[in-house]
Amino acid sequence: MGQNTIQFFPDQASTISHTVDGLYFYLVAVSAFFSILIAVLIIIFAVKYRRRSDTELPKPVHGGLWLEITWSVIPLGLAMVMFAWGASIFFTESRPPADSMEIYVTGKQWMWKIQHMEGQREINELHIPVNRDIKLTMTSEDVIHDFYVPAFRTKSDVLPGRYTTEWFKATKPGEYHIFCAEYCGTKHSGMIGTVYVMEPQQFDAWLSGGGAQGTLAQKGEALFSQLGCVTCHQATADVKGRCPNLHGIWGKTQQMNNGVVVTVDAPYVRESILEPSAKIVAGYENIMPTFSGLVTEEGVQQLVEYVKSIGPAPGVGGSAPTSGTPAPAGKAARPVKTPAAAAPAPAAANP
Amino acid sequence: METAAIVKREPRTYLNVDHTLKGWLLTEDHKRIGILYLIVITIFFAIGGLFAALIRIELATPAGDLVESGVYNRLFTGHGIIMVFFFLIPSIPASIGNFLIPLMIGAKDVAFPKLNLLSWYLYVIGGSMALTAIIYGGIDTGWTFYVPFSTGYASGMVMLTLVGIFINGFSSILTGLNFMVTIHRMRAPGMTWFRLPLFIWSLYSTSLIQVLATPVVAVTLLLAALERGLHIGIFDPTLGGDPVLFQHLFWFYSHPAVYIMILPAMGVTSEIISTFSKKEPFGYSFIALSSLAIAVFGFIVWGHHLFVSSQSVYAGMVFSVLSYLVAIPSAIKVFNWVSTMHKGSVQLTTPMLYGIGFIGLFTIGGLTGLFLASMGMDVHLTDTYFVVAHFHYIMVGGAIMGFMGGLHFWWPKITGKLYAENWAKLSAVIIFLGFNLTFFPQFILGYMGMPRRYHVYAPEFQVYNVLSSAGASILGLGYAIPLTYFLWSLFFGKQAPANPWGATGLEWQIQSPPIPENFEITPVITEASYKYSHEEAAHVG
Repeated sequence: MGQNTIQFFPDQASTISHTVDGLYFYLVAVSAFFSILIAVLIIIFAVKYRRRSDTELPKPVHGGLWLEITWSVIPLGLAMVMFAWGASIFFTESRPPADSMEIYVTGKQWMWKIQHMEGQREINELHIPVNRDIKLTMTSEDVIHDFYVPAFRTKSDVLPGRYTTEWFKATKPGEYHIFCAEYCGTKHSGMIGTVYVMEPQQFDAWLSGGGAQGTLAQKGEALFSQLGCVTCHQATADVKGRCPNLHGIWGKTQQMNNGVVVTVDAPYVRESILEPSAKIVAGYENIMPTFSGLVTEEGVQQLVEYVKSIGPAPGVGGSAPTSGTPAPAGKAARPVKTPAAAAPAPAAANP
Repeated sequence: METAAIVKREPRTYLNVDHTLKGWLLTEDHKRIGILYLIVITIFFAIGGLFAALIRIELATPAGDLVESGVYNRLFTGHGIIMVFFFLIPSIPASIGNFLIPLMIGAKDVAFPKLNLLSWYLYVIGGSMALTAIIYGGIDTGWTFYVPFSTGYASGMVMLTLVGIFINGFSSILTGLNFMVTIHRMRAPGMTWFRLPLFIWSLYSTSLIQVLATPVVAVTLLLAALERGLHIGIFDPTLGGDPVLFQHLFWFYSHPAVYIMILPAMGVTSEIISTFSKKEPFGYSFIALSSLAIAVFGFIVWGHHLFVSSQSVYAGMVFSVLSYLVAIPSAIKVFNWVSTMHKGSVQLTTPMLYGIGFIGLFTIGGLTGLFLASMGMDVHLTDTYFVVAHFHYIMVGGAIMGFMGGLHFWWPKITGKLYAENWAKLSAVIIFLGFNLTFFPQFILGYMGMPRRYHVYAPEFQVYNVLSSAGASILGLGYAIPLTYFLWSLFFGKQAPANPWGATGLEWQIQSPPIPENFEITPVITEASYKYSHEEAAHVG
């Protein structure tokens, strides 16, 4: 980010940035062609056909259908290219690769709070390794924000009450802006930060650099007992409780009492904690109280990761220890397809 | 149009028939009501412009050194609300349109003159409430009122503003209704649909949107007010609501609202280009029907404002492709305007400068809209200065150029006076240059990633902000000059003839300014509006 030279583009620092710039050049070329065409025609006509006497009367000319069709169809064709190209980029942008490294982002007026699987937490800074797919799972504690990294050419709204995702693969080590792009109040323009894209070894060094007291899943486990979840939700295989057993539940489907089948993923687990009566697993009672207000969004993220870590990860077949050891938390999740995480089924606790 | 009633010159006009204040404030004459609108609109434009000036001064440097963040947010919110709801939306239809519709279709007045006056009062009441809120206490929600910020977090007089806009909405609805009924029922004998001036077609399409879309935003803002005031959960997730629902409802109105602003300006441009090329508009029926097409398609593209709001990918695709379809009627208009000049008798008067300026700026505004309709591109550009530049090209470069063009074109008819043509041409050129210097750099700023509504920004963005602020000061000068020579012309201007431009429209066949009844006898129309020559027309294409 040279600050003394005049720039026309932000850094190209993600896999998608080259593709987006390619589309941009096409759009600029089409726009320049038509703008110049129109301007030149207007100037030529204004000069060539300028009024030479007040009495002159140009011959009337009627338009023709074929001319109208021509100048409708050609722009339409060019526009459809814009549509298809843009849609294909958008599809890529909205489908995080299955083995992405996951990171949680929480927006609040006016800061970005980041949680890594390994337990590191950051504010207004995001450290990531280069050449690795990164998937952000994001939510807001208050109003709508938007996580925007111009050098990666991507952004997504960060909404209260739900998870949205955003992914990218950085291609160039360096420091890049994070901007909040959705107006969020007084210090909106101060809700900014920096992405540090690091070489893998440096990143590993940064990760192990202390500060993290246990992985996200371990923190989740602590919360799990602290909040009393453990009273009703069993985490050991094959033990029945008043509420659904969470062992190996992540990524599986659950039948609800209204017949709907739900995949156990991050949004579902989040909802089950904050709004337990929204969906009730078939065969269980609606007895769980809401934990809304008792647990922060970041706490919910930890609980999600804990649930994810309980039992074997689907498809992997391994046996992740119940008491979420550090490594599995972050890594076990990666092979899983959708956001992982599993959740407590609704239900629950509190006698 | 020799068949139109030829009116004898006589001193009696709608202006001198009554000089009392009551004669103005309780008038039912559409021409006087048009002038009442013009006065209030100009006041709002000046206030909104002042806010813009403060914004541009603040943004000349990266740090927030002129005002605090809270004040800055109130400035851009005030600017947006005033300009959108109280200047742009009523601008051409309620002032120039009000004045001209009956004259152009050969009627004595609009269908519901009392309703027309009521609309003006609703506008003034709503506008005064919003202005009070903006000036005392301020409001920092942005003109978009996104929830849950506006319902649960914003300070300031949000309620009063919402109620003001709500009331003003009825002014817009009633005006649209009045115009539609007038155009349907009050046309002079022989004034068939395809003989109507293109300005009437564009206002008809505009009215359609005003009647159908405005109730939606009125209800949406009312719901937001209920949530804010009574904590009824509709949009706020902590109350069980859905914040994205607000965005759907808001843009269901506010995207078509852009067409409320631009369609009348397109109508003005059609009139100007034809008059100063001395030719029937090329592709008359295509221009006419494309206005309707824009109005109809404009209702089904709102989702392109929500590509990054967690809307489904497939919904996004549908909105993207529909947004491209709505661009085609606009392209058709541009090509037809340019073709109208071809082999015409082109005279670069002030209105014509605004007319061709409109075509150029609207073309850029429209083409940059194609960037934003492309989903993958929009992800990078939305909520940046690219969007700001794009919609200012449409709203200022398009709608205000059209408004200025129309004002200069019909000023002699409205006031009966001529303005200083050289000053007018000079200021048209200054506005064109100042506008481009203000807003073109913002496209680059946006691509570089500067988000909109930023009070403090990163230093690499400064160079473009300085250019933009410099342009804004030129633009401000450009707008100040017309205010001066228009006022001057009222007192010292030469008497305008009935038809100073040699135009064919019905309004030019009557005296300037018109008599209160418009026409002494109802005109009978026997041919199309733009009959410059009676030669057999050549066909192309």
